[in-house]
Amino acid sequence: MEFLNTFLKAAFIENLVLAYFLGMCSYLAVSKSVQTAFGLGLAVIFVLGITMPINWLISEYLLSESGLLGVDLTFLRFILFIAVIASMVQLVEMVVEKYSPSLYSALGIFLPLITVNCAILGGSLFMVSREYNLSNAVAFGLGGGFGWFLAIIAIAAIREKIRYSNVPPALRGLGMAFILTGLMGIAFMSLMGIDPAAFTTNG
Amino acid sequence: MAETAVKEKESVFQFGKKERKLLTDPLNDNNPITVQVLGICSALAVTSLVYPSLVMAIAVIFVTAFSSLFTSLLRNYIPKSVRMIVQLVIIASLVTVVELTLKYLNYPVYKQLSVYIGLIITNCIVMGRLEAFSMANKPWRSFLDGVGNGLGYGVILVAVGVVRELFGKGSLFAGSPIELKIIGPTADYLVNTTDSMLFGWYANNNLMVLPASAMFIIGIMIWIQRSYNTKLVDVS
Repeated sequence: MEFLNTFLKAAFIENLVLAYFLGMCSYLAVSKSVQTAFGLGLAVIFVLGITMPINWLISEYLLSESGLLGVDLTFLRFILFIAVIASMVQLVEMVVEKYSPSLYSALGIFLPLITVNCAILGGSLFMVSREYNLSNAVAFGLGGGFGWFLAIIAIAAIREKIRYSNVPPALRGLGMAFILTGLMGIAFMSLMGIDPAAFTTNG
Repeated sequence: MAETAVKEKESVFQFGKKERKLLTDPLNDNNPITVQVLGICSALAVTSLVYPSLVMAIAVIFVTAFSSLFTSLLRNYIPKSVRMIVQLVIIASLVTVVELTLKYLNYPVYKQLSVYIGLIITNCIVMGRLEAFSMANKPWRSFLDGVGNGLGYGVILVAVGVVRELFGKGSLFAGSPIELKIIGPTADYLVNTTDSMLFGWYANNNLMVLPASAMFIIGIMIWIQRSYNTKLVDVS
């Protein structure tokens, strides 16, 4: 039950894109067509789902003072987390290249860029600061990835349609994408019965 | 012999037209946020107040400047196949330095920024500048490029912070030593008048406190910038 709770919360209420702005770079850059957005979304779910438990094990058994080494190594957290993420992304890249070359060429540069997708590292850092246990960490990873997936599919679909609308030239493309994301953020907020305090970092 | 040595030393730190362009270009024509769309990730969530935005901007300027400098110094020794990892290690170490310094200097702001300090690592501006500029340029110019891009990022961050805090809370620099309450019923505008005659009617707009408002503000900023700078308009 707790698993499902964390999953739903991560996917809808605390959506990584719409409530925390994580992974905005690839979210804005790859959301021009639904097909590529779909592929990238799946890759993000996969990478988040894998890196979260691995980083949990690392921070629990290697870096904390009560871990195996008995020394407080939390200052190494950033470097180790990013190393795990980079190697996992490399793995995903090789798998995608082998089994779906068309997706591989469609994603292009953005596949290696998942490494610097803030949603992945942000997920791991949230996991540490919220002191999740292992099952919650997995749920948070999968739920967060799913939420990211939903958000990028939604914006890609809207952007495909809005291309035929008469938007002021200066607002075309990027500007419109920002405003649409803001509107979607407000729409997602109604899922929790508006409670701004839970949404702001300063709340 | 001695003369040439002096000349070389001068050319290392020269500051001419090209160097100035490195600093000013990212402020408008090549702004990291509104034009290159890089580094939005860790930026928007901290902008609900000006003071944390300012701290974040300084942290990012520090990281972009020094990661560019170090990468550029090491650029001839980094094998191409592992360059991403090397860059990430450089960035992650600098961010760790920033994190620990901020934790020591100003714990409340450190708590407010929470994970977003760590997320400077995955801030695409830093990686983007290393890949696009530092790997191919001399240290001094890379350093300037890093400072310029950090500034371009910081300007937008603080501008969004000002709008959001002013209209959302009626104050500026809340949480810092020079906190100002500017508009709204209890405003003490410059002098400590409890009722500001000018803006006493203003009720705080809670929309501005929500993260979504940052998206609207940046969207509108892009709109304004592209209306004046028409060569940036998206033609696709």
